[in-house]
Parts: sequence; structure tokens; C-alpha cells
Amino acid sequence: MAPAELERCVKDVREALMVGRNSEGKPVRRPLSPHLQVYRWPVSMAMSILHRVTGVALAIGTLMLTWWLIAAASSDPVFDQAQWFLGSPIGLLLLFGWSVALIFHFFSGIRHLVWDAGIGFDAPAYNTSGWAVLIATAIGSVLIWVIGLAVW
Amino acid sequence: MTGTPHTDILRSPLGRARGLGSARAGSHHWWGQRLTAMALVPLTLWFIFSVIHLSGASHQIVIDWLSSPFTLALMLVLIVATFHHLQLGVQVVIEDYVHDERTKMGAVLAVKALSVLLALICIVCVLKIGL
Repeated sequence: MAPAELERCVKDVREALMVGRNSEGKPVRRPLSPHLQVYRWPVSMAMSILHRVTGVALAIGTLMLTWWLIAAASSDPVFDQAQWFLGSPIGLLLLFGWSVALIFHFFSGIRHLVWDAGIGFDAPAYNTSGWAVLIATAIGSVLIWVIGLAVW
Repeated sequence: MTGTPHTDILRSPLGRARGLGSARAGSHHWWGQRLTAMALVPLTLWFIFSVIHLSGASHQIVIDWLSSPFTLALMLVLIVATFHHLQLGVQVVIEDYVHDERTKMGAVLAVKALSVLLALICIVCVLKIGL
């Protein structure tokens, strides 16, 4: 590239690799890396984010466990009220969200523990295990709710 | 370069002057998280099946269930492992996304305090029912 053309594009010497020519031969600044919403989501990236999201959700969910135990530690009417709420549509929705998050974090956590043992670091392995966790979560959630509703 | 102090540790002189850098507690934090994770694998399975067993249960059934020493002990381990694991995990999330030092420190301490409080409430409730 001619020095005059270069000077027009490059404001700093560290940007020397950030200029190129477009299809018409005009010197242009190369586009910067696209942002989050432009990328295709690989399963590994989605799994990593979901592990954190479900972890934080489950942390908040312990408020529900504490509330239920407080109710169980007080009188019959208070406990009955708590059980009634958990059986209401809002209660069931909360329980459903909690159970799916727990089952996902459970399987995803085992995947992390296997990595910690030094196993399954190559791309085919972590893509397969990622999908396996998602499928196991789906099957586990359905199974638990089928059994749960049958018992209830 | 003259005047650069010789150092055997991988920490810049500026970092040392500011007192920042490794607190030398990282591996303990990491290990605590994995240890509680391993403990929570069987405990979570047991807890899910217990919740299914107790769905729609009367107060008396729950009291009887917690009155078993086996159940009570498992609940206590579950509570301690869960809140310890949770507190370590949320700390990492806060440290990754909150960059203002004061907000970060405040948030981490608040999560830790709340975890201790909630864990104690759960322990007291379980003991009150089970004993």
C-alpha cells in the first residue's frame, strides 16, 4: 500500500494490520470482530452460560427451600398453606423451573467434574457431552414430573 | 534496565505496591467447590426423590420423615454442602462481572452473609422438626 493511502487509514502504527483493500481496490479499515448476537451459538458456549445462569437461579431458589422448611417448622395451618401454594399454578411453575435448573446443573456439573479429572477436553468430546447433558436434562425432567404427578 | 528490582515471584512491582494479586486462597476455593459438588451428586438425587415422595404430603408425614436420624443427618449435610457450594459459585460470578471494587466487595460479602443466615435458618428448622 502506498504510504499516502496508508496514512489515511492508519491512525496508529499498531493498527497496521487492521487495513486492507475492498473488492474495488480501495483501501479500507477491516471490520472489527462481530458482537455476541452475530455469532452462531456453539453448544459449548451455550452450556457454559447455562451452567452459570442455572447456578444463580438455584441460589435464588434456596429461598423457596428455606421458606418451605420454616413453614414445616411452624404450625399445621401454616404448613398446609405452603403446600397449597406449591400446588397452585404459580407454585407448580416455580417448582418446574427449579427442577429443570437443578437437573441441568446436576448433569452439567458432572460434566465439569469429568473435565477436572482431565477427561474429554477435545472438541468432538465436549460437543458430544454437551448434547448428552441437554438430552439427559430433557429426559430427566419429564421422568421426574411424570413420577411426581403420579405420586401427587 | 537499571533500577528494576529482582523478583522471584510472578508479580509486578506495581502490583506488589498496590497490594493486589493472588490472595493465595484460589486453590482452596477451587477445591471447596469441587468437594461440595461431588458430595451434592448423591445428595441431590436423594433430595429430588424425597421431594417427589413428599409432594402433597400432610404436615405429620413431613415431621415423621424428618424424625428419622438418617433423614435428619442427610438434610443437614445437604444444607451445609448446598449453601457452601452456592456461596463459592456466586462469588465467582460476581467477581467476573462486577468491576467496581467497592460494589464487588459489598456484593460478595452480602452473598456470603445471606448464605450463612439462610443455612442457619434451614438447620434450625430441620433440627426443630426432627429432634
